[in-house]
Amino acid sequence: MTLNSSAAPAEARKFNIDTVAHALETPDVELPWAALGLKENEFDRVVEILGRRPTAAELAMYSVMWSEHCSYKSSKVHLAQFGDKVTDAMKEHLLVGIGENAGVVDIGDGWAVTFKVESHNHPSFVEPYQGAATGVGGIVRDIISMGARPVAIMDPLRFGAIDHPDTPRLVHGIVSGIGGYGNSLGLPNIGGEVVFDSVYQGNPLVNALAVGVLRHEDIRLANASGVGNKVVLFGARTGGDGIGGASVLASESFDADKPSKRPAVQVGDPFAEKVLIECCLELFKASVVEGIQDLGAAGISCATSELASNGDGGMHVELTDVLLRDPSLTPGEILMSESQERMMAVVTPANAAAFEAIMDKWNVEYSWLGEVTDTGRLIIEWDGEKIVDVDPRTVAHDGPVYHRPFHRPTWLDALQQNTFDGDRPADGGTLRAAVLELMASPNMCSKDWITNQYDRFVQGNTALAMPDDAGVVRVDEESGLGVAISTDANGRYSYLNPYEGARLALAEAYRNVATTGAKPLAVTDCLNFGSPEDPEVMWQFAETVRGLADACQELGVPVTGGNVSLYNQTGGVPIHPTPVVGVLGVFDDVARRTPSGWRDDGQAIYLLGTTRDELDGSEWANLRGHLGGQPPVADLTAEKTLAAILINASRDGMIDAAHDLSEGGLAAALSEAALRFGVGARIGIDELCERDGIDPFTALFSESQGRAVVSVARSEEVRFNDMCTARNYPHLRIGVVDAENGALDVQGHFTLPLDELRTAHEATLPNHFA
Amino acid sequence: MTLEADTLNSTLDSVRVGIVTFPGSLDDRDAARAVRLAGGTAVPLWHGDHDLQSVDAVVVPGGFSYGDYLRAGAISRFAPLMEQITAAASGGENALPVLGICNGFQVLTEAHLLPGSMIKNNHLHFLCQDQRLRVENADTAWTASYAAGDEIVVPLKNQDGQFVADERTLDELEGEGRVVFRYVGGNPNGSRRDIAGISNAAGNVVGLMPHPEHAVEAGFGPDSSAVGQVGVRGGTDGLGIFTSVLKKLVK
Repeated sequence: MTLNSSAAPAEARKFNIDTVAHALETPDVELPWAALGLKENEFDRVVEILGRRPTAAELAMYSVMWSEHCSYKSSKVHLAQFGDKVTDAMKEHLLVGIGENAGVVDIGDGWAVTFKVESHNHPSFVEPYQGAATGVGGIVRDIISMGARPVAIMDPLRFGAIDHPDTPRLVHGIVSGIGGYGNSLGLPNIGGEVVFDSVYQGNPLVNALAVGVLRHEDIRLANASGVGNKVVLFGARTGGDGIGGASVLASESFDADKPSKRPAVQVGDPFAEKVLIECCLELFKASVVEGIQDLGAAGISCATSELASNGDGGMHVELTDVLLRDPSLTPGEILMSESQERMMAVVTPANAAAFEAIMDKWNVEYSWLGEVTDTGRLIIEWDGEKIVDVDPRTVAHDGPVYHRPFHRPTWLDALQQNTFDGDRPADGGTLRAAVLELMASPNMCSKDWITNQYDRFVQGNTALAMPDDAGVVRVDEESGLGVAISTDANGRYSYLNPYEGARLALAEAYRNVATTGAKPLAVTDCLNFGSPEDPEVMWQFAETVRGLADACQELGVPVTGGNVSLYNQTGGVPIHPTPVVGVLGVFDDVARRTPSGWRDDGQAIYLLGTTRDELDGSEWANLRGHLGGQPPVADLTAEKTLAAILINASRDGMIDAAHDLSEGGLAAALSEAALRFGVGARIGIDELCERDGIDPFTALFSESQGRAVVSVARSEEVRFNDMCTARNYPHLRIGVVDAENGALDVQGHFTLPLDELRTAHEATLPNHFA
Repeated sequence: MTLEADTLNSTLDSVRVGIVTFPGSLDDRDAARAVRLAGGTAVPLWHGDHDLQSVDAVVVPGGFSYGDYLRAGAISRFAPLMEQITAAASGGENALPVLGICNGFQVLTEAHLLPGSMIKNNHLHFLCQDQRLRVENADTAWTASYAAGDEIVVPLKNQDGQFVADERTLDELEGEGRVVFRYVGGNPNGSRRDIAGISNAAGNVVGLMPHPEHAVEAGFGPDSSAVGQVGVRGGTDGLGIFTSVLKKLVK
């Protein structure tokens, strides 16, 4: 077992170290602040804070910690709304809110759940396998840092056009990276999204969500308290991978003329992370750590400055004690390295031996780096010479804050006036062909080829996974207490109207969770946007945050944490604004969760909600190459009522299947509900058309919100109707489950044998990628 | 519950089944749950110990025992506990019953308790799906609850699941009735002769790639079952593997 070395290694001396004393003697030395991603005004501010030029190591720390990725300098002023618009009632279930590694939500019986979604977009474009793998690794470490056992992951993914020559490289690399890492950690992958759109061609979105479970008393926070307590770094050794990942890679746009940024991508070792999970859980159980922080973006710079500034305010570290994979790393590189599978903890001297015993049991390497002080300074030494002497708050929390200029795009009016006037199939034959085309299209086709590369069974608690509306995992084996999670976003809706787009993303995730029968409790978000230096992108961002914060308030679910990913653009073309919203809901007993498909012959099929002529931004318009107009209306009062109906119906055993209507409208919902268990249905849409004043095409393809289809046992129909009537929610019996004919029969219009529908639905991804 | 069933249950409860945990084991807690649901007592065993804790049977669960960067199971076979397991499992008909699932199967082949080896799936992807199997041999310690020819559905999930062996070994396995499980309805990974699981000559050691421990509890298993329609994730066809060994040990 490796322990810390009392004598610095010989290599430590070979550098011409830029000490604090040296910095004072040489105020005029040229520093590479621009190459490290700092702007001139930011560098001047560092000099002002320190009262001298920074040392090379200090410059490295400030440059990563003040990067967009770590400091949220462009987004902070907007994100404040997530806090400002939270009411006391919304905080009822919140144990830990925004600002920690992840939010923690009380789900009852002394249990808590922590969850968060993050991006790893740029690394995944440069090196798809490792980028996606370490995206999973990073979010899982955030969950462990809260004191929780990770229990599930989800991956919302967005790729360029399905037939673009570069797309297979990304799909294969990213999917196998997520699988290779997540499967090796023993975490069931219970859901996510897969979207293809050419707007993501040069900038795919790889978001990763992780969920963890803990008892209330096990919550751990990232702070270094207790003067004299020891600071320890454990897990993998520090190497040269991921240097500048946060500052250079995540905080700048791609440019074809610049060199490849591959060295800035981290390399993952899932086995090391799996061992780290188990050994951290054992540390928590034995109560031998006072504070803990994972090492992600900005590595040791981030961990030391955040732990110190959140605790007693000071820390003293000897950097030559860091265990290295590559002995040639400079102090600045060691501080910036984003090598994976590392954690930093604060341990009392009395617990040091117990800590070491647990490390030894799991064969995890560790080194004692220093101790907590009350000096208010973060002092880092290199072989006894001071190379960093800063107030840690100035590194971790007092970064620049920008009020970036923003304005409504000049092109938006014209875009919103350009409503869909394309092809609207009218007769049975063309409607039938349209449903087949929709269900085989890249965004609506079966994602089994991808999700079957992920383990959804491990841990034995998965009660629902894809393709159901939300992933559901059991938390307590005795009571059946569990959680449901769904992530959603629609970049096209947000492009047409970012304020409404954000509300729609939340509405859909909220509806999906309620569709399975869970009560929505909390929100995490990953806001993926182009460059904040573009005032039009900044306006999209501002509108999105305003919309999401308003919608959270209206639905009564707080944002507990998340991530902002900016600079998602190649050259001058930004991605569609893509706010990925994750909603967490709770079940008293997951045994009552509602699957998305029906099975029992003769059950009645109801459509809940109103269908309007809302085709702008729809999948159908997308298939016809149209993007314009206004997205569907988000009526959050209706969403709340619909959710209440779905939750009650689940709790009281009134419904046996429920599927929400979103992209692809009723056509997609009926197809998916029938294909889920291979059981057909006879559907009549004429009464619907009459009631809502629409044509059959609109009935099938409109993407009006606040809708779901459910199947109801005959014995429960009266009760179900009474409930909907009492809540004054539109409900219409549109058909019956037909387990005999093996077809989706839209009576008077067309019949689609399920075999034919399934073949079309399942062939698309294998045709392109297998 | 009848008095007889009560007695049987309390007797099954006395059977101690050890579940080995390597640093990278993933399905160890699931295997323990399966033993409990079958009525037995699960006993956690640590790979680094030299102590089998007088268990009556052992399950080597799935996962990535040591990361499997070299070859699945290649390092685990040298774990201290594997010495004890190999010795105890090699004593003929009344030797310790050992079940290797997925990575555990790979470990048992590396330890030479079972012949053959697993290579990467022929399609080169990790594959997770509900898998139909036929029980070819119902005389082993782990399959006595089934009848030969029975079909079961249990989850399959692996990247290195393609069973390979030389022709002579394959003929020997077939000839001696040591092919215990065979894939039905399509070979998911290119395994020779559709073999999903095998046993040693005495029948106390069985290895299989699919995961019976993930088809033991209604609501959390596969969506289908070979016995007919089941509820959502209601497949429990794998439970028989665990009841087999408990009943055998009670007898």
